[in-house]
Amino acid sequence: MPEKLLDIKNLRVVYKTDNDLIYAVNGVDLSLEKGEVLGLVGETGAGKSTIALSIMKLLPAKVGSITDGSITFDNKNLIDASEADMRAIRGNDISMIFSDPMSSLNPLLTVGDQIAEVIEMHEFDLSSGEIRKKVDDMLELVGIPHSRKHEYPHQFSGGMRQRIVIAMALACNPRLILADEPTTALDVTIQAQVLKTMNELKEKMDTAMILITHDLGVVAQMCDTVAIVYAGEIIEYGTAEMIFEGKDHHPYTVGLFNSIPDIKSKARRLSPIDGLMPDPAQLPKGCRFAERCRYCRDVCREKEPGTHIFDDGHMIKCFLFERKEAIGRR
Amino acid sequence: MVRYIFKRILMMIPVVLGISFIIFFTMNLTPGDAAISLAGDSATPETIEAIREELGLNGPLVVRYMRYLWNVLHGNFGNSYNNGQPVVTEIMARFPYTFRLAVFSTLFACLLGIPIGIISAVKQYSVLDTSMVGLALVLTSLPGFFIGLLLILVFSVYLGLLPMIGMSTLAEHIMPCMAAGTGTFASMVRMTRSTMLEVIRQDYVRTARAKGVPERKVIFKHSLKNALLPVVTAIGLQLGMAMGGSIAIEQLFSIPGLGQLTVTAIRQKDIPVAMACIMMTAIMISLANLIVDILYYFIDPRLKAQFAKRKKAAT
Repeated sequence: MPEKLLDIKNLRVVYKTDNDLIYAVNGVDLSLEKGEVLGLVGETGAGKSTIALSIMKLLPAKVGSITDGSITFDNKNLIDASEADMRAIRGNDISMIFSDPMSSLNPLLTVGDQIAEVIEMHEFDLSSGEIRKKVDDMLELVGIPHSRKHEYPHQFSGGMRQRIVIAMALACNPRLILADEPTTALDVTIQAQVLKTMNELKEKMDTAMILITHDLGVVAQMCDTVAIVYAGEIIEYGTAEMIFEGKDHHPYTVGLFNSIPDIKSKARRLSPIDGLMPDPAQLPKGCRFAERCRYCRDVCREKEPGTHIFDDGHMIKCFLFERKEAIGRR
Repeated sequence: MVRYIFKRILMMIPVVLGISFIIFFTMNLTPGDAAISLAGDSATPETIEAIREELGLNGPLVVRYMRYLWNVLHGNFGNSYNNGQPVVTEIMARFPYTFRLAVFSTLFACLLGIPIGIISAVKQYSVLDTSMVGLALVLTSLPGFFIGLLLILVFSVYLGLLPMIGMSTLAEHIMPCMAAGTGTFASMVRMTRSTMLEVIRQDYVRTARAKGVPERKVIFKHSLKNALLPVVTAIGLQLGMAMGGSIAIEQLFSIPGLGQLTVTAIRQKDIPVAMACIMMTAIMISLANLIVDILYYFIDPRLKAQFAKRKKAAT
């Protein structure tokens, strides 16, 4: 059995605001093997970024907190890790690529310094010359001439800045990269470029990656496994083939795919999912998707559905499939 | 950059000219006559006329203004109507006091206010933060002379530690500078805290944390410089204003500063002195602004790029 790099069990995260508690993540189980690319897909506010920030333990101080569950990275329990331990892990073993390249670089420091900083933080045995060399290498790796390392972020285009962020994330050869919508802020041509870079680097360094996105095209291109997130839970999980080719799906996943325009199909209109995600401050009692689900029955509103796992490992959290299993058994 | 500074200094000329124009005409067109107040109540019309002739108060206003400018351009700011002293001597005798008061009070405000602002922001909602924000609010609301009075009461009257008047020895500097700087101190605390709070929520600060940068470095390397940009502007403005003198503090501590000179000159229609004082204040404020802009240039690389662009466009 391949070694598990990351194992998340029953993760629950709550944001506390002045008025109420916001249940952002509600019992998420996830695991990741070495070199695996997992896509976390879901609409805005589903809790994808919160999951990533919890792994880094960078939830906004005093507002966000992990209330339950465990996060094990490389046999280390991250929930109980001290701040100093976490600092040694951040940027070194686990690094994060943030979504907005325009704001995620410090405007007053040169890009070279910002890349060098992460190396200085974690690789103590390198001399300053070696660090400089490594900064040059990292920049060249993402396709930026190293002669530009003395320039400031505002002198680069959005796509280049995102590649600098990627260079920063890769500088210490992390074993896990959390890429939080790395291409969302970029236009399509640059998206392709950045994805290509990430794909090549992943192959070269054999890093595992959690790719957070709401772009199913990106998922198809990059991911080995896919988890569909809705209202802070994973409602469907499987390999990319199961999600993209398989027959059985959670009604939400079906809706998600139906909202993508397809050149080949003759449909005149897209069929988006009606309604909105439930208010994370007041989650419904039963299935969280019940309100928007066309297969919704009484039981869906009363009880939370259990997770059904098919023989091939495909997981769906919906009553539709619990029944199917029962029928099959009979 | 040198070109830019030169341009900015050239731009100060119209500013100073405009101010001199406004002051000269307001001083001359408002009621009151320097000759009458100099001659005294019992003077005959002939004496008044003689004084007027002597001071050059006869003749059309525009001609007098031009004559004044001509003299100023030749380095002659005229003599005080009041005591016949050259205006330059008069101002130079007082400027060192005002300069020291302005610099030391601003320095006091920054050296104390900025660190407290930073700590407050980093430990937001802690006891220290709440009490400092409260204190800053109280201090902003209190005028400087009142703080000065309290200081005198405590340190001079009750404790007998510090001298009550003057500003020559080091000990004599303490209370005036504290009194003059308290308002600035309070606004420094509030401003540093709020800009700092804004910056530590920025994405690039989160990026720094995600790199494993220790908190100290996150604050001092990644946040502080960004947060201090607006604070620098405020310091510059404050310093410029303070260079004009502070009448209340000068009065309270009997400091022979520019503020008193300006007010007395205006009251007595001592036009040459008033003109010189107010123009001096204007120049100081312009200079302070210029210095702030130059500092910005060194702190913020984005501005450097702008200058480079401008240079390219020019050639």
